Amino acid sequence: MLWVDKYRPKALDQVIVHEDVAQNLKKLVSEQDCPHLLFYGPSGSGKKTLIMALLRQMFGSSSEKVKVENKTWKINAGTRNIDIELTTLSSTHHVEMNPSDAGFQDRYVVQEIIKEMAKNRPIDTKGKKGFKVLVLNEVDKLSREAQHSLRRTMEKYSASCRLILCCNSSSKVTEAIRSRCLNIRINAPREDQIVKVLEFIAKKENLQLPAGFAVRVAEKSNRSLRRAILSFETCRVQQYPFTINQAISPMDWEEYVSEIVSDIMKEQSPKRLFQVRGKLYELLINCIPPEILLKRLLHDLLRKLDAELKHEVCHWAAYYEHRMRLGQKAIFHLEAFIAKFMSIYKAFLIATFG
Amino acid sequence: MAPILQSSQPWVEKYRPKQVKDVAHQDEVVRVLTNTLETANCPHMLFYGPPGTGKTTTALAIAHQLFGPELYKSRVLELNASDDRGINVVRTKIKDFAAVAVGSGQRQGGYPCPTYKIIILDEADSMTEDAQNALRRTMETYSKVTRFFFICNYISRIIEPLASRCAKFRFKPLSEEIMTSRILHICKEEGLNLDAEALSTLSTISQGDLRRAITYLQGAARLFGSSITSKDLISVSGVIPQEVVGALLAACKSGNFDLANKEVNNVIADGYPVSQMLSQLFEVVVEADDISDEQKARICKRLGEADKCLVDGADEYLQLLDVASNTMRALCNMPQEFSYET
Repeated sequence: MLWVDKYRPKALDQVIVHEDVAQNLKKLVSEQDCPHLLFYGPSGSGKKTLIMALLRQMFGSSSEKVKVENKTWKINAGTRNIDIELTTLSSTHHVEMNPSDAGFQDRYVVQEIIKEMAKNRPIDTKGKKGFKVLVLNEVDKLSREAQHSLRRTMEKYSASCRLILCCNSSSKVTEAIRSRCLNIRINAPREDQIVKVLEFIAKKENLQLPAGFAVRVAEKSNRSLRRAILSFETCRVQQYPFTINQAISPMDWEEYVSEIVSDIMKEQSPKRLFQVRGKLYELLINCIPPEILLKRLLHDLLRKLDAELKHEVCHWAAYYEHRMRLGQKAIFHLEAFIAKFMSIYKAFLIATFG
Repeated sequence: MAPILQSSQPWVEKYRPKQVKDVAHQDEVVRVLTNTLETANCPHMLFYGPPGTGKTTTALAIAHQLFGPELYKSRVLELNASDDRGINVVRTKIKDFAAVAVGSGQRQGGYPCPTYKIIILDEADSMTEDAQNALRRTMETYSKVTRFFFICNYISRIIEPLASRCAKFRFKPLSEEIMTSRILHICKEEGLNLDAEALSTLSTISQGDLRRAITYLQGAARLFGSSITSKDLISVSGVIPQEVVGALLAACKSGNFDLANKEVNNVIADGYPVSQMLSQLFEVVVEADDISDEQKARICKRLGEADKCLVDGADEYLQLLDVASNTMRALCNMPQEFSYET
């Protein structure tokens, strides 16, 4: 088992990083009055962990017995029937899913599933009606229509089910939904918190952990706890006992991006652009999302450039990322960014060195 | 064992005024409408104003006071934006309801019960133009037996022919004193402790929107118990603390790109919503005394563009970084255009 999963806190009491949030959640649930919740924060900050722990707090250990189902819903949408397939993760008390996987038909999924859940409500031993919990991931990727219909179903079935929404950026969730939920911001753990978690794991695993090494792992992790633990485990496999200045290998795609960056810094020509295109394709077919790719490119470029060029380059990165979002094919916009950078950099070189 | 669900009513509903005269801060509107209630004679009406000022409350209160609880169901049709309101609904549902005539006007149980029905169209500005056009004729044909109440935020989105058929009422944003008194009333009823600082924070972050203020209050009460500080309210509302905005602006003033980049990274890692950041940055920039008008214009131009990009779904980090870099160039009087153009 990976350490990431092995040391994932199971209960709200065990949470190390977001202790205050966990305590508040506990209070919230113990009062038996749980509103709809919206968790937002950057990836690797522990939203999912908190949600799972919260479910356990609500329903006890039965929430951990989950089964994965691949369900098909037949939906009658006015004039025609549509079949939608979606993978759900469910226990007796909750259903978890990723409605944005259904693409533009996400609206029907949202409506159908909530309706289905509302139909069969759990009844406890005293004959009282309980409620079920629906966990929706990546709500920020839902279409406008889906968010609107979510708003209505939230009100209509609020007696029988509670929604827990989870997203990266709450600016992409409509105001109507945000105002109906209790918003909970989960910030990325600070570096000293990451160090604390790493030390905790090292103690459990009986490892000798030099203090400086944990700090370095935390620095490299970009404030993502998941990434810190993963790279910590990688280092354990590569070399043990740890030394303070042991190499922490970056992800291979990041190395590849750095290679591209040094390529385009060395030579600005159509030929080089053509070579870089191959590399970009390579990254894309390995499922690196284009916006992450562009951000990484910018990150590496900013480290190498002069201050006056940085403004210009970051402006164009933002510009092309926006265009990429509106357009269809990412490679055009990535290449356009590279070409733009080459032209700026060349002009700068000529003006400075003649 | 599944926990038992208590039926918890949102406080917004719980403390909604039941009578027209209880509606806060809208004196002119209340005066006109009280008169209407006495004579039981009312025109088509159009309520407009910012959210959370009492438009829906007023409309519902009039309907209740005219018909009383018994007749209310048969005489009033409420449609809001979450109901389907395309042109088909206007042609069928609304028209059918409007066409039915009602019995003679006899007072029942102390309510005036006039001889017409009321259709309340909430959030009418989100109706399509076609649907609004289809309403024109319906309004006139059945004006004897039906009155329409339109409720909207922006009167400019209501087509002129509809607006001209209605008596218009503007609802103003609530002043701070009114808001405080309502909030204190709720705090007393719910047994909450709110110090003066928290109270003023609450009225600042809700910006004259009473509904939002009450929602925040309830959220904070659920999460933090009965004594609420201003910090709790800020964390519930999703407003970014002023220090964070200040730090970003200070980094921009320093003229050091890497410093600004670090600040932007912090904002993103802390999970603050960037759209909120932009609007708070905008407020700080516009009100600042040490920034010249030209600099303000340069900054705001880019803020607007970034907001549009965010709506389109662009990446938050890149947009905020670009805003920061542009702000820096404006504040440090660096050239806007790239100087090494080919």
